[in-house]
Amino acid sequence: MNTVASFTIGYRQVLDPEGRIVDALPEFARDPAVLVDLYQRMSFTRVFDGKAVALQRTGKLGTYASCLGHEAAHIAIGVAMQPEDVFCPMYREYGAQFVRGVKPRHVLLYWGGDERGNDFTGPKHDLPWCVPIATQCLHAAGAALAFKLRHEPRVAVSVVGDGGSSKTDFYAAINSAGAYTLPYVGVIVNNQWAISVPRSAQTGAETLAQKGLAGGLQCVQVDGNDVIAMLAVMQEAIARARRGEGGTVVEAVTYRLSDHTTADDARRYRPDDEVKQAWDREPMRRLRRYLEALGVWDEAREQAWKEQCGREVDIEVNAYLETRSQPIESIFDYLYAEAPHDIAAQRAEAMAWEEGRRHG
Amino acid sequence: MAEITLIEAVTQALAYEIAHDPSVVVLGEDVGVNGGVFRATAGLHARFGSERILDTPLDETTIAGLAVGMAFQGMKPVAEAQFDGFIYPMFDHIICHAARMRTRTRGRLHCPMVLRAPWGGGIRAPEHHSEAPEALFAHIPGLRVVIPSSPARAYGLLLAAIRDPDPVIFFEPKRIYRQYKEAVPDDGEALPLDVCFVLRDGSDVTLVTWGAHVKEALETADALAREGISAEVIDVATVKPLDFDTIHESVKKTGRCVIVHEAARTGGIGAEIAAQLAEKAMFDLVAPVERVTGYDTPMPLFRLEMKYLPNVDRILAAAKRTLAYR
Repeated sequence: MNTVASFTIGYRQVLDPEGRIVDALPEFARDPAVLVDLYQRMSFTRVFDGKAVALQRTGKLGTYASCLGHEAAHIAIGVAMQPEDVFCPMYREYGAQFVRGVKPRHVLLYWGGDERGNDFTGPKHDLPWCVPIATQCLHAAGAALAFKLRHEPRVAVSVVGDGGSSKTDFYAAINSAGAYTLPYVGVIVNNQWAISVPRSAQTGAETLAQKGLAGGLQCVQVDGNDVIAMLAVMQEAIARARRGEGGTVVEAVTYRLSDHTTADDARRYRPDDEVKQAWDREPMRRLRRYLEALGVWDEAREQAWKEQCGREVDIEVNAYLETRSQPIESIFDYLYAEAPHDIAAQRAEAMAWEEGRRHG
Repeated sequence: MAEITLIEAVTQALAYEIAHDPSVVVLGEDVGVNGGVFRATAGLHARFGSERILDTPLDETTIAGLAVGMAFQGMKPVAEAQFDGFIYPMFDHIICHAARMRTRTRGRLHCPMVLRAPWGGGIRAPEHHSEAPEALFAHIPGLRVVIPSSPARAYGLLLAAIRDPDPVIFFEPKRIYRQYKEAVPDDGEALPLDVCFVLRDGSDVTLVTWGAHVKEALETADALAREGISAEVIDVATVKPLDFDTIHESVKKTGRCVIVHEAARTGGIGAEIAAQLAEKAMFDLVAPVERVTGYDTPMPLFRLEMKYLPNVDRILAAAKRTLAYR
């Protein structure tokens, strides 16, 4: 039998879990200041994340999806994108969103039960968080199609999890991205667990990256805990998309060090040993070791930075806690551009009821 | 002025809006070179090219998801579901995203898209080609659901749907795609959404319907007129949001209401109209509200479809039941 097509999936890692450089350093990584900036952004995200979990545990936040362990993947995505690009997140990519200008208070507002969290600062064209799983991949492809039809040099980037890569919408996104040669980068942040279902139960495929092959996309697997490799891969994929050469599927291999959300208890379904080993591969420690070896980071700077992060996060938390609920009529006010008669009537009914309660 | 069919009025409206608004694009299966399986997009690809008229991969989820993605980036996609029965995979994108994008972002983003689909039975089509799912969409906050019943209303309402800044589900009654022609000036004049059209004034009974069954309602009114009974005929046209005031005004005159739709009865739009009549028009009614609808079964294959769909005899019998009350 003849071979009509054959494929390989590359794996990229530059900084290993011990903080050693194991492959050629990309150009950007030769500047220690760039690496310190990446580290600080990752560190800020982790401080924020810990604070958000604490807020939930003390009853000041609703269910929250932690990003613990995903910092390298998320920060690299944010840093690789341009403001005019469109980001289509799932629901824990805060690091990427902070880079793009979303404020922590908006993350807290969303998980704190207020739609104004979705009216965030930063690029007004970015999509809000997407809970239904993987639908955002197709919306990114649709945005990319709009860019292509309008001849705009912009790129759409979506993030989905390992579980989300099983969904129809993920496959539909890579298929349409290939069919139309769209400026689309689909990142699979493979954190090994879709709530309680392990990566091995999602698919028989050797890698999740190879799913892009069926759509005719470029595919690459990367150590998602290595911010250097992750940023290099994202920059290449985005540049390729911007040049009009088509889409890429990036599988970022990482690990969800937290529960799925604060409503989950991962101890029910995954072994402690596995989590313990994952901590040895997590993204912050290796980068800190490398920066310390370069002489551009130390314990004093670490403490000073963490204190600064804590102060900044506190300002955001206070802003969130001081934000009063919207009145009931707000649920009607944005449903349509202009409220149809029936919605206007229900709005008046709701307001009259609230008014009556106040006086009755 | 040339007279055109309902399907040609759809094509005329699409062409007008594509020519006048650079953000409008048409996408769907076979809408390109082929011009659509019903010819709704005939000639558009040749005239406007592949960047305005896009054939999609064969996947309804893809069509809906791409449309949402294009819409929130400022385009006005007019997506086609090839048949009503193929629309169900699109629900996630329409319900969870298109319908609530504006409200969940507090106005930051919105989805100005139209989802068109040939709708309803009566053309001896294969299985899954004859559905009437308007109530499923009408239940969803944030959507508009529009069903024209004539070439002129197809043209005017489709223009309005495309220009509307919120998502519109536009169901085209395929049974009357080519039933008759009328003069429809290509003047870009839209008709208003969210209002019923009173097609015939009457004083004894109100017949309320939409889509293809407007024809049977008018024929029933003719039959009643021969017996000296005056029936008012209302084409609801926009089934969500519902213009109940127009229906109520009519029932104040007639005291009797017969609601006709081809979709299954339970939870249909007729149930909503009847509920609002009970809430707001109880004392205007002299007879119980009648519903003449499809049965609560799947649409049968075509040997039985004309027995499933409401016909003039069933509507006439229902009207006469209301007329027994004085």
